[in-house]
Amino acid sequence: MTKKKSYTWVVAAVVFVVLAVLPFVLPMFRVSLIAKYMCFAIVALGLDMIWGYTGIMSLGHGVYFGLGAYVMAMYLKLEASGGGLPDFMTWSGFDSLPFWWVPFGNAGFAFAMVVVVPVLVAVVIGLLTFLNRIRGVYFTILSQALAMILSVLLIGCQQYTGGSNGLTDFDTLLGFSLDASSTKLALYYATLAVLIALFCLCTFLVGRRVGKILIAIRDSENRVRFTGYNTAFFKVFVYALSAAIAGIAGALYVSQVGIITPSDVAVSPSIEMIIWVAIGGKGTLAGPILGALLVNGVKTFASESFPDLWSYGLGLVCVLVILFLPGGLMSIKDVPARFRAWRQAKSGGAVPTPELGEEGGQA
Amino acid sequence: MAIFDTAGAVLAPPAPATDAAEEEKPALLSIEDVSITFGDFKAIKGVSTSVGENEIRFFIGPNGAGKTTMLDAICGKNKVSSGRIIYKGEYDLTRMREYKIANLGIGRKFQAPSVFNGITILENMELAAAGKHTLYSTTFKKLSKDTEDHIRYVLDFIGLDSKKFEYPTRLSHGEKQWLEIGMLLAESPDLLLLDEPVAGMSRRETEHTAELLHKVKDECSVVVVEHDMQFAKDVSDKVTVFHEGQILDEGTMDEVSKNQQVIDVYLGRGGEA
Repeated sequence: MTKKKSYTWVVAAVVFVVLAVLPFVLPMFRVSLIAKYMCFAIVALGLDMIWGYTGIMSLGHGVYFGLGAYVMAMYLKLEASGGGLPDFMTWSGFDSLPFWWVPFGNAGFAFAMVVVVPVLVAVVIGLLTFLNRIRGVYFTILSQALAMILSVLLIGCQQYTGGSNGLTDFDTLLGFSLDASSTKLALYYATLAVLIALFCLCTFLVGRRVGKILIAIRDSENRVRFTGYNTAFFKVFVYALSAAIAGIAGALYVSQVGIITPSDVAVSPSIEMIIWVAIGGKGTLAGPILGALLVNGVKTFASESFPDLWSYGLGLVCVLVILFLPGGLMSIKDVPARFRAWRQAKSGGAVPTPELGEEGGQA
Repeated sequence: MAIFDTAGAVLAPPAPATDAAEEEKPALLSIEDVSITFGDFKAIKGVSTSVGENEIRFFIGPNGAGKTTMLDAICGKNKVSSGRIIYKGEYDLTRMREYKIANLGIGRKFQAPSVFNGITILENMELAAAGKHTLYSTTFKKLSKDTEDHIRYVLDFIGLDSKKFEYPTRLSHGEKQWLEIGMLLAESPDLLLLDEPVAGMSRRETEHTAELLHKVKDECSVVVVEHDMQFAKDVSDKVTVFHEGQILDEGTMDEVSKNQQVIDVYLGRGGEA
């Protein structure tokens, strides 16, 4: 167990050091790209808590990423409009700001809402589903419908949300120009700091009894219930936690990428998030971070070189990982042992089951 | 308790002094005219019985007689259609959620061993032993020294202390059963509900389980559903014979095994008896 823990820490530490050094060697354009990947890595971390550890597969985390991003974008948009109406509202014939947009001009309020809005939505959805014992694939389908609903809603309420163009054309954040290299660098390191802090938080939780309860819920929820734990409550907690993490990631994303549109929060980005976690190795915390960074890095490279083939490539990699590397990238170190076991089984010997431990949960 | 003062009188009728004491306090669990229906099927029809403190009660009977259904009703897994199940004289279990029932000190072991494979044996025990089940205490609070000692004692008793840092996937079937019973004991329950605890165990493991039940009897009551009649004979204070959702007979194992009806529907049909 301690060996596994320290292995996770080594991988995480290497990743964090590399991320910290990269701005010194890469041009600014690449640095911004990596900042974007880090936002995705943060989402993956939260998803790992709910999927990897608790065994609840949410195909709708784009919703929480999107809520965080839109809240932040509303603030940035208001700051860019300098007290006036955002441009798209003028085009839709508004004379004054809708009342519920007004408080988002306040930076403190907006930053708080980045976490509060996703958590509130997650708690409501979580209570409705988990208290009614909606679980497994039914929850997954429901969560996916949620992503669909949000993107349709965002497009439908064009006058409030900018429709399918989304929110863009931001100038400043707290008065600092978003185009300045210094701001970009500061945001890069802020994102890295958030990533490390949330990694530490999740590692802490996973190490405590609460983390063991999450794993126990994954293994046998009924048994946890008959041990006297209100499992619905713990599930709502982890759902809200991952929603908050996704919201923070969304806010950091929109500040650095400069645009958020409904297509960024719809179904297919939500599914991609799951793929990052699966490829990185669910239930390991460090794995999903690595998965998100690598998959998106390769995606950028591949879509520059082979734009048409990219999505097929990703699908193929995903299938291969699920078939041959169920523990994801983090389990590459176990491959020789698994191969030996496979050879032994083929030659008719007894089959020693490889130690699955924490990685061995069901989907 | 007085029962132990009169040596060897475990199965004999209690002495008058005990009798008076038992009349004063209500039974730990009293099942009052409970019926359970699944659609059109009446699984349990008007069952009434009560389990006293420090009693080991066996539910026996042919398959489909409703024994497990009754256990499920006690721990809140099944909803009852009518009747009440009163615990400690004040809680009506038929109106409570599973985790609340568990927190009242009712531990349940299911037929298939279900332990948590993703966490170590020690962590399994810690989850079960923890007194408080809130988010705050599971995040920030360490287990008390007493609880840790209790866990060590139980692990030692079930013979898994040397393996406590391993994952349960490595355990044999019997060891998993033991771990699960150990987890129940770690909860320090007042009432244990065991569904076929010795199924798949070797004779030696079964005897070990019997020994264990005799020990835990000092601290709690136990209801066991079991087909192993030798085990029932060794361990039970009283047995309740179920047949087609009703109680056929109730008494000590010796008494019910003389009942011709019981022999006809169950004991006489061979099996493990």
